[in-house]
Order: sequence, then C-alpha cells, then structure tokens
Amino acid sequence: MKLADLVRELELEVLAGPDLEREVTGGYASDLLSLVMARAKAGQLWITLQGHQNIVAVAVLLELAGVIVAGGIEPDQETRKKAEEEGINLLASSLPVFELAGRLYQLGVRGIDHA
Amino acid sequence: MGDMAEQAIILEFSLQGQDFIRAGEASTEIKQRLKKLGFRPDVVRRVAIVAYEAEMNVIIHARKGSLRIEITPRRILIRTLDEGPGITDIEQAMQEGYSTASDMIRELGFGAGMGLPNIRRFADEFKLQSRVGEGTLLEATIHAD
Ligand SMILES: Nc1ncnc2c1ncn2[C@@H]1O[C@H](COP(=O)(O)OP(=O)(O)OP(=O)(O)O)[C@@H](O)[C@H]1O
Ligand SMILES: [Mg+2]
Repeated sequence: MKLADLVRELELEVLAGPDLEREVTGGYASDLLSLVMARAKAGQLWITLQGHQNIVAVAVLLELAGVIVAGGIEPDQETRKKAEEEGINLLASSLPVFELAGRLYQLGVRGIDHA
Repeated sequence: MGDMAEQAIILEFSLQGQDFIRAGEASTEIKQRLKKLGFRPDVVRRVAIVAYEAEMNVIIHARKGSLRIEITPRRILIRTLDEGPGITDIEQAMQEGYSTASDMIRELGFGAGMGLPNIRRFADEFKLQSRVGEGTLLEATIHAD
C-alpha cells in the first residue's frame, strides 16, 4: 500500500511529505530508539511518541517509509525541517498508538511477515 | 564493487558529548557513502546500526570523541574513541537493558540498554576496551562478503 493512501484513510497530518508515493511494506511501533534500530525494517512505517529530531536519523538509517508521531504529540519544528531535508515522510495523528496500529493492521499493514 | 580501489577509504568524524542536534550525522554520511559504493543492502544496514549505536554512545556517555571508518571491499571497520567516564564493568554494560542514561536522555528514547548488544549482534567482530575516568575504545568489523 502507498503511504499516500494511508494518509488519506487515517487522516494523518503531513508535516513533511517528500515521498508520499513510497510503498509501505509493514509497520513497527516503539519509543526506544535502539529497539527500533534493531527491529524495524526498510520500507516499514514507524509509529512513535517521540517528536524530537533524533527520530529522523533513525528513519534515514533504516530507510523507513515514514514516521507517524502519534498521541497528538506535536513534533518539534526542527524535526519537520530535518525530515524535509533528509527526504523522510513525517506524519502526525491524534490517535493513540494502539488505535493507530490497529487501524493500520485493518488496512493490511503487518508487523511481521508470517503473521 | 570490482572497480573499487584495493586501497581503503577512511572517513573520520569528531563527536561532541551531549550534542543531540548533530547526533546521527556521522552514521548517516557513512551509510550514504556505502550505498553509493554499491555495498549490499544487508551490509549497509548492519554498518548503519553499528555506526549509529557507537556514535550515540559517545554523544550520550562521553565528553567528546571520534568515529572513524575504514572501508575496503571485503570488510568495514568502525572505531570510536572517546574521552569520558569509561566503563567500570564491561560485562554488565553488555547486558541487554543495562543503562546508566539519565532521565532526560531516556525521555529522548535513548537508554534502553540495547546499543552495545545491538553492536555485538550485528557486527562480525567486536572489541570494547575502557579505562575508568579516561575513556573508551570500541572497534567493530563487518564482513562484506
Ligand atoms: N562510550 C561510553 N562511555 C562510557 N560509558 C559507556 C559508553 N558506551 C556505553 N557505556 C555504558 O554502557 C551502558 C550500556 O550501553 P548501551 O549502548 O548498551 O545502552 P545505552 O547507551 O545506555 O542505551 P541505548 O543504547 O539503548 O540507547 C551505558 O548505559 C553506559 O553506562
Ligand atoms: Mg547506547
């Protein structure tokens, strides 16, 4: 599924959208950056409550399809700027993490391949 | 990678403790470079993870330091050297979940105590040496073939 479709379906706020045509191959949720580094895969969409700019480097390094900052948290201005510069899709949602993950799952986004 | 010179490519970055604004820049540059050189995606990914965790440990735990990477077609060597508090008990530091990170740093999502275990897991060779009160040296190698 394309990220643009998920943005529309879930009414995500686009804070930086340099590549919304990117294909989303799965999802991952965590606020611990070292866990994300070890477990998230290229092409996945990452849900987090972290809104500071260090999330952008993680997304770049792992080639994630994008980051959704959930729970109504407002990412820093620097985070948006950096996401735009680094070509990372940065989205926001007022939905809590659980709800957001559930709706993504319903739309066909999976966390692990064999689920 | 046949046209890559046998000679090693060496990149060096200086790192400043507590600089969370530039954090990750060194690893990002390394990752882009490896990609351009045509390394396999799984190799690029492993180097990115190792370099990031090593870079962040200097920024989070030390006063200042450096990250150096040596790239040859067969293997990539990542080394961080820092001036800082050092590590009292390396075996304990290697355990998943062990962290001395402050609450402020944990709020940023660091401090899961997973960085060193990640490095060991994703590197083919790994060495950690430290002198308490002086600093820490980390070396990790990833085989590209
Ligand atoms: N360069 C360093 N200088 C001093 N202490 C270090 C250094 N690197 C690691 N440590 C010590 O080892 C502990 C474990 O490191 P590790 O990278 O596994 O976890 P962390 O950095 O605390 O959290 P995370 O990496 O999950 O964000 C650290 O909390 C710190 O006490
Ligand atoms: Mg660490």
